[in-house]
Amino acid sequence: MALQEKELMQGTEQDVILQLANVKKYFPIKGGILKHTIGHVKAVDDISLHVFRGETLGIVGESGSGKSTLGRVILRLLDPTEGEIYFEKQNISNLTNRRLRATRRDMQIIFQDPFASLNSKMNVGELIEEPLIVQTKLSKKERTAKVTSLLEKVGLRSSDRLKYPHEFSGGQRQRISIARALVLNPKFVVCDEPVSALDVSIQAQVLNLMADLQDELQLTYLFISHDLSVVKHISDRVAVMYLGRIAEIAPKHAIYHEPLHPYTQALLSAVPAVDKKKAREKIILTGDLPSPSNPPSGCPFRTRCPKVHDVCSQVRPELTDQGNGHFVACHLYK
Amino acid sequence: MNKPALLEVSGLKTYFYLENKKVAKAVDGIDLAIYPGETVAIVGESGSGKSVTSLSIMKLINKPGKIEAGYIKFSGTDFTPLSEKQMTKIRGNDIAMIFQEPMTALNPVFTIGNQIIETLVKHQKLTKKDAYTRAVELLKMVGFPRAEETMREYPHQLSGGMRQRAMIAIAISCAPKLLIADEPTTALDVTIQAQILDLLNEMKERFNMSILLITHDLGIVAEYADRVMVMYGGQIVESTSTTQLFEQPQHPYTKGLLESLPNIDNDVPRLGAISGMVPPSYHFPKGCRFSDRCPSAMEKCREDNPKLVNLTDEHQVRCYLYEGNEQ
Repeated sequence: MALQEKELMQGTEQDVILQLANVKKYFPIKGGILKHTIGHVKAVDDISLHVFRGETLGIVGESGSGKSTLGRVILRLLDPTEGEIYFEKQNISNLTNRRLRATRRDMQIIFQDPFASLNSKMNVGELIEEPLIVQTKLSKKERTAKVTSLLEKVGLRSSDRLKYPHEFSGGQRQRISIARALVLNPKFVVCDEPVSALDVSIQAQVLNLMADLQDELQLTYLFISHDLSVVKHISDRVAVMYLGRIAEIAPKHAIYHEPLHPYTQALLSAVPAVDKKKAREKIILTGDLPSPSNPPSGCPFRTRCPKVHDVCSQVRPELTDQGNGHFVACHLYK
Repeated sequence: MNKPALLEVSGLKTYFYLENKKVAKAVDGIDLAIYPGETVAIVGESGSGKSVTSLSIMKLINKPGKIEAGYIKFSGTDFTPLSEKQMTKIRGNDIAMIFQEPMTALNPVFTIGNQIIETLVKHQKLTKKDAYTRAVELLKMVGFPRAEETMREYPHQLSGGMRQRAMIAIAISCAPKLLIADEPTTALDVTIQAQILDLLNEMKERFNMSILLITHDLGIVAEYADRVMVMYGGQIVESTSTTQLFEQPQHPYTKGLLESLPNIDNDVPRLGAISGMVPPSYHFPKGCRFSDRCPSAMEKCREDNPKLVNLTDEHQVRCYLYEGNEQ
């Protein structure tokens, strides 16, 4: 593994803001009368990657692939079972909560459901102001000024400060979540399905807003989504996850135009094409995602893979470099 | 289309009477026809009235909602005067429906087998034994390799995709002429979505069904529908063949929707968002319901709601930009 890590590091002249080395997150399954641990759900299973400053790294995968858990582990909202997380070259995987607090200013998250993630008993002003009270020593007046300017930045009115979340539509609530995430001037934002609950016309507004804010504030995004079209639109690089592992990671155009992994190929072919002339030959996968508590031996995708061969059940494929920053974990590529 | 329509809806209005005397005009004057063997999609954002349209067709509107006007004709039978008892005979038999969330649509305390057999015994008057045999056949048909075991399983033991397959098995059990699929794959992952849509197409061919597909996903419309109706504010704003809609959209809302869609095949630096949001159905703007979001709105648009006009026999649009172009 160390060797692979080195490979990932090589040729990366760009500034790395976040780096993961062999990160695992296992959830114990308790059973029996005494509630012993009888197994583990391997939600994130040995992931190494890096995120460059200023880029958007898209993470795609189906439900149960571990993409949301990965986002939470990176922010230490969940503690990793194993592995190291480096944020701006500082190892944050073992920091105590107290020491994490300073780092947390720089790392924020936007959740999928703006109905559940905003406290309904606080008004919008209080919601956006709260991180400032916790993290800074700004005066009340300075905080209010900051809240007002952010509200305008995300396309709401400063008078909306006194309203409560239920008075807003889904798209507007997501704008409030964005304002709350950005109020501390973070460097890195995990966006966990931020537009999945929104209608297309509203989704486009929010995606445009996020792109504008990224330019203006020089943000780095980790953009988690199941929607391949949305990820393609917003990302610079894309990682495809399957059962807690990365199947393929590459610059966006390589993933979408020359996908190597059979899973990526199937996933892309399954997206309905709006342009009929570009309709793809569909690769219909059989079966469902296997349970992450009992993943198949060897390659986790082998049970559904149309190109499976003998070695796949025995040896787990590692991510291998295919050139130009394109890595794939599949025995078809050496 | 010279054949008689399988389903004909005319002037359908479904209103909901809310507290404080507000009236939500969820469906406000819809005409549509579905011919045998075709897939027609209704596409729209939340609150556009697409689901209420499908529920109204089945007369599944409860208080505070009411079908205010219009008629629904299915194979020549007018549903308007039919009693609840008569409707029950039609639902699940001639017209079947599948929903977005198969976990809530299936009964959690009965086995999958029980639920298919129930439908067969009730509508097809089969004996329990014959119904069992038929149910196993149906489960095999929709892709359960171990159908006998699945018969004994409960909905919670199945994955989302498998539950939707079980729903489809129940829906096709009486060989309906029309299947209404309301967001059938919205809760599913994209690889499972492809499996289910494939299965629906296969069943459509096999039973020569028509499908009314309700969806918000234009990609699904493009791949699976023959014709499409775009709904906005409880009304149809554009109706045409799928090819025509994607190649030559006419209504500013349809154009806006297509531009706001991130496209997996083309790169655009910036999405063309439609400003504002869908108006609530109890408070539409005066005039055209899209006028306050429309980039081409004229003075007239804020005064009167335009009528749906024929651009060609197969292309209707509700917009003043095309006034005078109608046939």
